[in-house]
Amino acid sequence: MDRRAFLTAGLLGTFAPRIAFARAATAKRFVFVIQRGAADGLGTIGAVGDPAFIGARGDLAADLAAGTKLDAMFALHPAMTSAAALYGKGQALFAHAIASPYRDRSHFDGQNVLETGGTGAYQLKDGWMNRLLGVVPTDDARAIAIAATVPMALRGQREVASYAPSSLPDASDDLLARVTQLYAGDQQLHALWGEALATRQLTSDLSQDNGRNAAATGALAARLLAPANGARIAMIETGGWDTHAGQRGRLAAQLKGLDAMIAALQAGLGPVWDDTLVLVATEFGRTVAVNGTGGTDHGTGTAAMLFGGGVKGGRVVADWPGLATANLYDARDLKPTTPLDAFIGGAVADHFGVDPARAMAALFPASARTAAIEGLLRT
Amino acid sequence: MSEAAIALNRFGLGARPDQASPDDPRRWLTAQIDRYRPASAPIAAAPTSAAVSLDLVAYQAEQRNIRQTMGPRQSAQASAMASGANAAPVMADSPAPGPVQPQAMAPGRSPEMPLAMPAVRDARMAARQEARRAAQDRYVALVGARTNAALITDTPFAERLVHFWSNHFAVSADKLELVGLAGTLEMEAIRPHVMGRFADMLFAVERHPAMLLYLDQAVSVGPDSPLGIRIAGRGRRKVGLNENLAREIMELHTLGVRTGYTQADVTEFARAMTGWTVGGIGGGPGARLAGQATPGSFVFAAAIHQPGARTIVGKSYPEGGEAQAQAVLANLAVHPATAHHIATKLARHFAADTPPPAMVARLEQAFLSSGGDLPTVYRALIASPEAWTPAPAKFRTPWEWTIAAYRALGTSEVRPQTMLGLMNQLGQPVWKPGQPIGYDDTAPSWAGPDAIMRRVEAAERFAARSGATVDARALAPRLFPAAVSPATTQALSRAESPAQALALLLISPEMMRR
Repeated sequence: MDRRAFLTAGLLGTFAPRIAFARAATAKRFVFVIQRGAADGLGTIGAVGDPAFIGARGDLAADLAAGTKLDAMFALHPAMTSAAALYGKGQALFAHAIASPYRDRSHFDGQNVLETGGTGAYQLKDGWMNRLLGVVPTDDARAIAIAATVPMALRGQREVASYAPSSLPDASDDLLARVTQLYAGDQQLHALWGEALATRQLTSDLSQDNGRNAAATGALAARLLAPANGARIAMIETGGWDTHAGQRGRLAAQLKGLDAMIAALQAGLGPVWDDTLVLVATEFGRTVAVNGTGGTDHGTGTAAMLFGGGVKGGRVVADWPGLATANLYDARDLKPTTPLDAFIGGAVADHFGVDPARAMAALFPASARTAAIEGLLRT
Repeated sequence: MSEAAIALNRFGLGARPDQASPDDPRRWLTAQIDRYRPASAPIAAAPTSAAVSLDLVAYQAEQRNIRQTMGPRQSAQASAMASGANAAPVMADSPAPGPVQPQAMAPGRSPEMPLAMPAVRDARMAARQEARRAAQDRYVALVGARTNAALITDTPFAERLVHFWSNHFAVSADKLELVGLAGTLEMEAIRPHVMGRFADMLFAVERHPAMLLYLDQAVSVGPDSPLGIRIAGRGRRKVGLNENLAREIMELHTLGVRTGYTQADVTEFARAMTGWTVGGIGGGPGARLAGQATPGSFVFAAAIHQPGARTIVGKSYPEGGEAQAQAVLANLAVHPATAHHIATKLARHFAADTPPPAMVARLEQAFLSSGGDLPTVYRALIASPEAWTPAPAKFRTPWEWTIAAYRALGTSEVRPQTMLGLMNQLGQPVWKPGQPIGYDDTAPSWAGPDAIMRRVEAAERFAARSGATVDARALAPRLFPAAVSPATTQALSRAESPAQALALLLISPEMMRR
């Protein structure tokens, strides 16, 4: 079947009628961009001022040396030019050495904690974004997932629409790479797959599509959020962050895509950008040291980002633990010193004008005694 | 592979997470022979050949109507005219251009006036398009019935056998008459007999309108039949014997190619078959002779039957009208060459692309000793150690892979259009093998680079729809009990998201083969 037709049918069949009836009392928009696969916070926002950074990161540190200096300690990856511009305007804020309550290394479990807002995997049955719909000051707040199905974070009592952009590639590069590994030991499939990939390389330029698709997704999200009666809460799923090998090129391409997505979202929202908060977060971080294949393995502490017209930006929020081996978590990971729950709870509470304690209790019931981080937004 | 995994995948259609795994794999398979019901709910609700035939009768009536209104000579000229483009827009916006319009359009013109000709052509084309649309709707509904029956069945081994026999007795939904009818052959002639005698299935298939039309039997006329003589006397049109069905019965359905029969046998058999035709929709003199017979029903038209005794593959058959060909079929059905042919195909389907000779011999023996009792053959199949080799034996066809994927996801119903699109995309449109030999049953036909890439793309799409709710790590051992490779286990546990893990499971080596 034609993929485009398939998705268009989904749009006309489910989404269009719902948005026609949507009315919202709040002008505020909130977008959660999930980075599935454990994005490398140190590769995104390098601690170039830490004496141990270059030694631990080797080649991967080189990119950050060419990045935008954020302050005395941190530099932003050079692929993120739009984010750097927003940072300069005070509309981007980064948090570092941050993590959800999850402390193991399974993507599945880590994403479940990140999305449900629990302290352990599968502890909660609904997502914190769905519960957020019950807290924001409107009876009619509508939420939408930019995905083929409603992700865990948006599942729960409140009805949530989903819409997959037609611009997604037919099969993601990351999946193709994993199929290569999966078939490596299978004589028949290994050979066939090699030919299949070779043919594909000849017929399509993958790198060219990379940023373009991400930008299209950002523009699409803007179209869904911008109208006065549009969705108020949206979630965009991104994958491809699990960089065990060849991280330098892959992460650069990923960040370029993310940057293009944020830029397209901002451009598409126009003046509504002032009422918009974008949160970018991942399930956990990656090891400080580079592994034997030019990548990094599953870690703990990482970075998170806030973008938007109301963000009190131009700064990196971090209680920096340091990268000396003695300071690492499990002797290998960036030690988490800032709870992601408190960061999200504080930002969202400020954004929607909700009491921070009430937001924490609703969104992160098990972390409710942790105080929300306040002052992230200009209110 | 464990024996449970073999029973579920090689013999069955793949596991469903909501159905229990077999404790005793062989008994689980054997029990399905008795448990099987020919008409599950989706099948019972599917279009019948009688309904499709009524559509075709309506279409033929409309074509006749157009011809009569405009005159046959003129409509022939109109059809022959290559360019109707100038006048075509006149009719373009009419939703249902009927035969009346040309007259209304051109009052006072004589029927030979050229302006009317494109209108005739358009009317006929519109009628044909309408008929094609109706047939396509029937086809889609039948594909949906077959798919959903395969998804929910708790006798998947029996269902696999239905698919096997349907492909053995292949008809292809290519020409207009076959688009809607092709699937009804499986529903009406295969399913009721899949747990019966081969001879009964053979009779049902060769008398079914889909087969009679697909292989042109319906228009075959005995040259020395009463009607054949009359037509020859008029010297106007050439009618005569059509050997197509007789040849394919011997070559594909029973004895197998190059098994000792001669061209003379084929011709003699074709003569014996004359008179076997279809009520209402067959075309040719046979359909007219069928008179008031229900459209689509089997009709023996004595007036086109070639009289006389026949000798076919060493046996003599006295003149006996309809019963003559029936007697030939009865003998072909239990012929040793047929036993060998069927045994070889079953062994190829269940054990290996190159069928193990010992297994073929065993199935052949079961077939012969039981007079073609299919459950006896299936029991011998289940008892064959060659079908239980632990290494995966068969590369799944697109149909097999898709059904297995849907079953793995616990899907109970898919939109027929979705299945249609998928099967076109994956390269095995349902009931459209394009030739009477059916789809090939060996890996080289299906294991190609592009085919694998398409499955990967489809798997990612399946996973995007279900990934968040299915844990592939837990699902894998349910699909392949004690048979998930370390490589697959590792790939699933390392996947970056539940959806990606599911996509990887759906295209894992375990899933690609059975």
